[in-house]
Amino acid sequence: MTDTLPQLLLRNAERWGDGRVALREKELGIWRETTWAAYLENVRRFALGLIQLGFERGDKLAIVGDNRPEWVVAELAAQALGGASVGLYQDAVASELAFVIDHSDARIVVVEDQEQVDKLLEAGARIPRVKKIVFYDPRGLRSYARDTLLPFTEVQRLGDGVPTERFAEELARGQAGDIALICYTSGTTGEPKGAMLTHENMTRMAGNLMSVDPVGERDEFVSFLPLAWIGEQMMSVAAALTVGFTVNFPEEPDTVQQNIREIGPHVMFAPPRIWENLLSTVQVKIEDSPWIKRRFYDLALKIGYERTARAFARARPGALGRVREAAADVLVLAPLKDSLGLSRLRRAYTGGAALGPDAFRFFHALGVNLKQIYGQTEIAGISVLHRDGDVKFETVGKPIPETDVRISDSGEIVSRSPSVFQGYYKNPQATAKSLRDGWLYSGDSGLIDEDGHLVVIDRMADVMTLADESKFSPQYIENKLKFSPYVKEAVVVGQDRPFVGALVNIDMANVGKWAETRQITYTTYTDLAQKAQVYELVSHHVDRVNRELPRAAKIVRFVVLHKELDPDDEELTRTRKVRRRFVEERYADLIAGLYGERAEILVETEVRYQTGKATVMRVPLRVHTMGGERVA
Amino acid sequence: MLARGMSAQFSAADLHLRFGGVVALAGVSIDVERGEIFAIIGPNGAGKTSLLNAVSGLYRPQRGRITLEGRDITGLAPYRVAKLGVARSFQNIELFAGMSVLDNLMLGRHVHMRGGVLDGAVYWGRARAEEVRNREVVEDIIDFLEIEHIRKHVVGTLPYGLQKRVELGRALAVEPRLLLLDEPMAGMNLEEKEDMARFVLDINEERGVTVVLIEHDMGVVMDISSHVAVLDFGKKIAQGTPDEVRADPNVIKAYLGEESEAIRAAERAIAAEPVA
Repeated sequence: MTDTLPQLLLRNAERWGDGRVALREKELGIWRETTWAAYLENVRRFALGLIQLGFERGDKLAIVGDNRPEWVVAELAAQALGGASVGLYQDAVASELAFVIDHSDARIVVVEDQEQVDKLLEAGARIPRVKKIVFYDPRGLRSYARDTLLPFTEVQRLGDGVPTERFAEELARGQAGDIALICYTSGTTGEPKGAMLTHENMTRMAGNLMSVDPVGERDEFVSFLPLAWIGEQMMSVAAALTVGFTVNFPEEPDTVQQNIREIGPHVMFAPPRIWENLLSTVQVKIEDSPWIKRRFYDLALKIGYERTARAFARARPGALGRVREAAADVLVLAPLKDSLGLSRLRRAYTGGAALGPDAFRFFHALGVNLKQIYGQTEIAGISVLHRDGDVKFETVGKPIPETDVRISDSGEIVSRSPSVFQGYYKNPQATAKSLRDGWLYSGDSGLIDEDGHLVVIDRMADVMTLADESKFSPQYIENKLKFSPYVKEAVVVGQDRPFVGALVNIDMANVGKWAETRQITYTTYTDLAQKAQVYELVSHHVDRVNRELPRAAKIVRFVVLHKELDPDDEELTRTRKVRRRFVEERYADLIAGLYGERAEILVETEVRYQTGKATVMRVPLRVHTMGGERVA
Repeated sequence: MLARGMSAQFSAADLHLRFGGVVALAGVSIDVERGEIFAIIGPNGAGKTSLLNAVSGLYRPQRGRITLEGRDITGLAPYRVAKLGVARSFQNIELFAGMSVLDNLMLGRHVHMRGGVLDGAVYWGRARAEEVRNREVVEDIIDFLEIEHIRKHVVGTLPYGLQKRVELGRALAVEPRLLLLDEPMAGMNLEEKEDMARFVLDINEERGVTVVLIEHDMGVVMDISSHVAVLDFGKKIAQGTPDEVRADPNVIKAYLGEESEAIRAAERAIAAEPVA
């Protein structure tokens, strides 16, 4: 009986008992292990405690916190009782938390620490149904005398008062078709929507993924992205329980990089920004290293690039080539991979957004088998991926087994599989829009290339039309802009306008470094962003992008924004995607200015300090027109 | 007042400290209750740091008596005072800049180490067990102060705010019952100050450590301390709860100056100035 996720846990505990490690968490400097038997025991005790708190079949358990064993224990406990878990992003502000918790009807919320408790107490009246808040880090909470608050271990202790057979009974009642998760999607438009996924959705997805890319039961995985994200649920819960590999939780968010190195995972899944960060870390360090190291690095990487190009062309290396490649590996590439903790990596995935070809090429040159994944929360996270040895930078690969992907008449990517979700919680209108005759309408426009690979172009709704009726895809252009290490974020505009314009966010770390080496002095982000040299740098890059774009889609004017787009200002989603409509509204004056006659636009922004004080800042932003001349 | 003095964990009575002709302390008395956060404020040169130095044994007062839990510790050498459970941090960071964070904290455990040179050289048995136990205490502090990510970094390469935190950690490694902090928030930005204030509160609350703190940031002092003593020119001019002290005319005059309202208004204006 392995229909549900907790039933898989039971199977694993029976199979491996205390002989194999299920979870590992670094705490107080030491990796502490939880065996499969102990994992089950923890889930059992917490589940029985939840019964004491009045948790019933069909109830929702909201969870918010960093990646820790308690997170997945709480999730599986809720599922073992026939309930569903609702994961929340730990950096969400009080109002966001309140919306999801209230909408999901959760009555019990499991949180990590004081920070989250404070947010929930702040939300107070907006979450009237919540009657218990369970925390697992008691620090600073001693003086909070409230009977709604209780520690994780206390819930488990409560559970000890319930006969253990009760757990077995509840577990056995679980059906494959029960809702296991409600995953609230970040929603680049409007309120978040709660996608309901069953146990079957998750286990079939995991089975199909593992049949293409098997992971061994002795393999290691590091769980460091929010567990509220479907991608982390895919690997750390569904796939880990299906296969039985070990899931490792980092000590703190700040130590992820070190911890990855200590574990040496066999498989990794991360969104593009993580890969891009890794790449720029390497680049920055290499730039600071002595001449001789730089020389070796350049040489070895060149050989790596050649090897990648050759492998993609399916050609075999000559004898000399083999020697050169072996030397590059031994001297530079392997040690570099080791220092990043990627030595044992068999497969690495990127998904959620487009990864620049430069980053892609870099990791392949190192010898990292980095592949693209495509899917939606609504299809349990994955429907398409690159097969080993069949990677193309501009595509996302081919559908996984049991999955049909086709392009609708209007050019939309639609898919069908046993992992397609059951609908949005309490939102039949949205469900009817996405789910038609068993097909999931992704809202992405795409095409299938001559090799059968899926190419994702843009969100359907985002494709823009210029005043002269020519169409272009803003995301396509934005991705190209973002491929520069100096551009962190870009928003392309032009709907019903005479030409394409762009709002650009510079990457503070890289541009700052760049400015330092050129002895350009600056004080703040705003100051740096408005330097003439920085405009030149960006313009140089825009020019390169323009060369690859069709005539109508070329960027004519751009502005470097005075502030970074931020999820706390609702400009980005929690998964760091631009909320286009919102940005266009908020910066309407600025965008109008792009199409005006002035060389400078005065923007006013309210700056709110932590003390609650607020002031209005006026910043003149320069408008740059491509092709040399400034707007007079 | 008398009741306070009777139950005090720590008190200094009628301390006089003079350097040649310079009078640093002229008959200062304070009583600190067990488990409280006690702040000492005052203008520059009022004798605040001298008072802490006298308590921790760095200076020997010419007159007066310092008692810790009923025991006279006046004029005791610094290492003896430390052994009795008094730890401190310094206004200007005093760490071993060339050593790692971990090693600096392990050094703080020195008072709790019994093994001699021979034990250390042989290493197994007693010395090893002791090392493990001390490392556990230090790891606990690392977790508490959230400095896991810099555990193995060399202290000298860290930004100032983090060095301050490491220094606090080293003081905690002594497992003090009384913690003396000399301007723990000096030179920090608002966010770092908030973090530090949080740590001080947690040290007091979670670890039950009595804290005596010198601080210039009045906002912080008023927010976190239970009692405040005000020094001016080596004399204590006021003592009480933050509200009492705030309202004391002597304090307003000495600490904020005659034109205190004008100064406060000016401060407000400066604080409101946008950073960019």
